Amino acid sequence: MSNGLGNIIKTLQLDTRLLGMIGAFVLIALVFHIATGGTFLTPRNLFTLTLQTASVAVMATGMVFVIVTRNIDLSIGSLLGIIGMLMGVVQVQVLPEIFGFGSPMIWIITVAIGLALGAAIGGFQGWLIGYLAIPSFIVTLGGLLIWRGGAWWVSRGTTISPLDPSFVMLGGATGTIGVTASWILALVGSALTIYGLANNRRKYISHDFAVKPLWAEYLLGAILVGAICGITAIMNAYMVPTRILERRFAAEGLEMPEGYTEAYGFPISVLIVLAVAIAMTVIARKTRFGRYVFAMGGNPDAAELSGINTRLLTVKVFALMGALTAIAAVIASARLGSAGSSLGELDELRVIAAAVIGGTALAGGVGTIYGAILGAFIMQALVSGMGMVGVDSPLQNMIVGGVLIVAVWVDILYRRKTGDA
Amino acid sequence: MTTPLLEMRNISIHFGGIKAVDDVSIDVMPGEVVGLLGHNGAGKSTLIKILSGAYKKDSGEIYVDGKKVEINSPRDARDLNIETIYQTLALSDNLDAASNLFLGREIVTRFGLVDDTAMEAESRKIMARLNPNFQRFSEPVRSLSGGQRQSVAIARAVYFNARILIMDEPTAALGVHETAMVADLIKELKAQGLGIFLISHDTREMMELCDRVSVMKNGQLVGTERVEDVTEDDILSMIILGKNPKREMA
Ligand SMILES: Nc1ncnc2c1ncn2[C@@H]1O[C@H](COP(=O)(O)OP(=O)(O)OP(=O)(O)O)[C@@H](O)[C@H]1O
Ligand SMILES: [Mg+2]
Repeated sequence: MSNGLGNIIKTLQLDTRLLGMIGAFVLIALVFHIATGGTFLTPRNLFTLTLQTASVAVMATGMVFVIVTRNIDLSIGSLLGIIGMLMGVVQVQVLPEIFGFGSPMIWIITVAIGLALGAAIGGFQGWLIGYLAIPSFIVTLGGLLIWRGGAWWVSRGTTISPLDPSFVMLGGATGTIGVTASWILALVGSALTIYGLANNRRKYISHDFAVKPLWAEYLLGAILVGAICGITAIMNAYMVPTRILERRFAAEGLEMPEGYTEAYGFPISVLIVLAVAIAMTVIARKTRFGRYVFAMGGNPDAAELSGINTRLLTVKVFALMGALTAIAAVIASARLGSAGSSLGELDELRVIAAAVIGGTALAGGVGTIYGAILGAFIMQALVSGMGMVGVDSPLQNMIVGGVLIVAVWVDILYRRKTGDA
Repeated sequence: MTTPLLEMRNISIHFGGIKAVDDVSIDVMPGEVVGLLGHNGAGKSTLIKILSGAYKKDSGEIYVDGKKVEINSPRDARDLNIETIYQTLALSDNLDAASNLFLGREIVTRFGLVDDTAMEAESRKIMARLNPNFQRFSEPVRSLSGGQRQSVAIARAVYFNARILIMDEPTAALGVHETAMVADLIKELKAQGLGIFLISHDTREMMELCDRVSVMKNGQLVGTERVEDVTEDDILSMIILGKNPKREMA
């Protein structure tokens, strides 16, 4: 890195790890773009990529807290499976009889049940870990087997489909908000970003703390707003295929106007990821709960001596992980439009890998939400890209495994260099 | 005679087979510094950890202002305005100085979110008194020197208006200058009427700072003496031999 650029990064107080991850993502994307002859970096593919990443990304944010508190959760893939299954049964076999087919109450109640179930199961596992002092590795390894078996039991191995149309909107290409709403969202997001930057600066000045030079604030603001608008533009550039539009008009008994086009805009599932990311970041950085999670990860004894109930905290962390797994179950089953008993299989490993690639240290105490989400994107980009260039799946797994190990090694070198262990 | 600010009576605790503290009684008056001395493993830290709520005693009673109190957790001790500087410092290495200082007692905004800038501002104020050279507020305390970390732990104990202050080897990692500043701080807090338990292996320092010293050996209390009644040698023989030669003669 040239010195001038290094200075700019320093003045902007950008996280070099974040830059490194974005760099890795861009590199992977470019390589596949070339290797596929120009189909990787298209709106269509990027749109699909975000859809595919959504459920793992949601769980990865929760895994950050779990790993930061020096625990692990191996049960989430199976938990996702059984929650997805039960939500399938509820929305297909129970709720339509009460509310009638197609009622919005169906998805609302289904999601509520899923969330309650996830939090309860996660909290129970957390209780075993926190209060009975059974290692999380063992409790959640048990959970992995138990909930996977349970998922099969719910339907005796059959796949539940089709899921309710209102529910399916939450996971896939049928549930997008369109161009106008996407741009409005981008504007609101940009405005909030700028307000946040300005507010922070004002607070710093009011306490006489050092602040960045004004040009750095402007540059940072421009980069962030540019990123928001860029992503929105990509989502708005993916056009709904004419075939689907024609069918939609036909269903309403109308003729499609000549030259009519429409773009997808943000999928609801991606907005869910965004909401989760923002909420989890605020929880991690700005709430007492989040502060205690990191304090406990850094030094459990110190946390205890500061009056923090670390056992209850463990229960809460795992309950939160369970609730996020339920959200992921909604996204995953809605995207497929069905719930089968293998739903979520091996997701625990993808999620842990995403968190770790995103800079979460297994020794505890260190990790970021945005890192985990970026980690999930990098993994999915790698897998999708390899699929597109025709690498068969056993080799894909081998490569992902190798990348995981190398990523952690690079991270160790990075930490050694910057001095944060 | 006035009632002690704090009194620990007939305290015992055991870990497995060893009696780490065996029927020990100590007390402290307002504005008094009581030293705890004893060889390594004598039970000093264990005794004060019972007071700070880190350990639960097997038997014995604790009185604050003559009233019996129950201390079952660190939170109980904090609620009684008992603050502790632990020998191990008890800092979360991954958090910055301000987060450690306010851990468990964060300043929050009216929305209930932690107010980092306010906490940093307060930390700067208290550190300016304790260790004016300290500037590294936004780094994890992991990257601080032993003495800087100790300053953070001291700041945490004195910030919250303690009435009773427990200092377990507070100057072990400090330089000459910083040690002198802690000695001044102890005198200042004493003048404000705090009761202070001070643990240290430096007998000379203890003679200078303390009003009384209690000596422990193998979990038991050898004796408590006013510093003006004893010499450094007397204290040393209490620590090593487990008895006070002057009392033996009398
Ligand atoms: N948590 C524990 N579990 C088991 N034994 C303990 C525990 N804490 C202390 N002990 C034992 O209790 C005894 C007293 O230890 P303590 O830490 O109170 O000594 P100390 O007087 O503070 O010594 P030092 O001067 O080295 O700090 C020692 O024999 C120690 O091994
Ligand atoms: Mg000790």
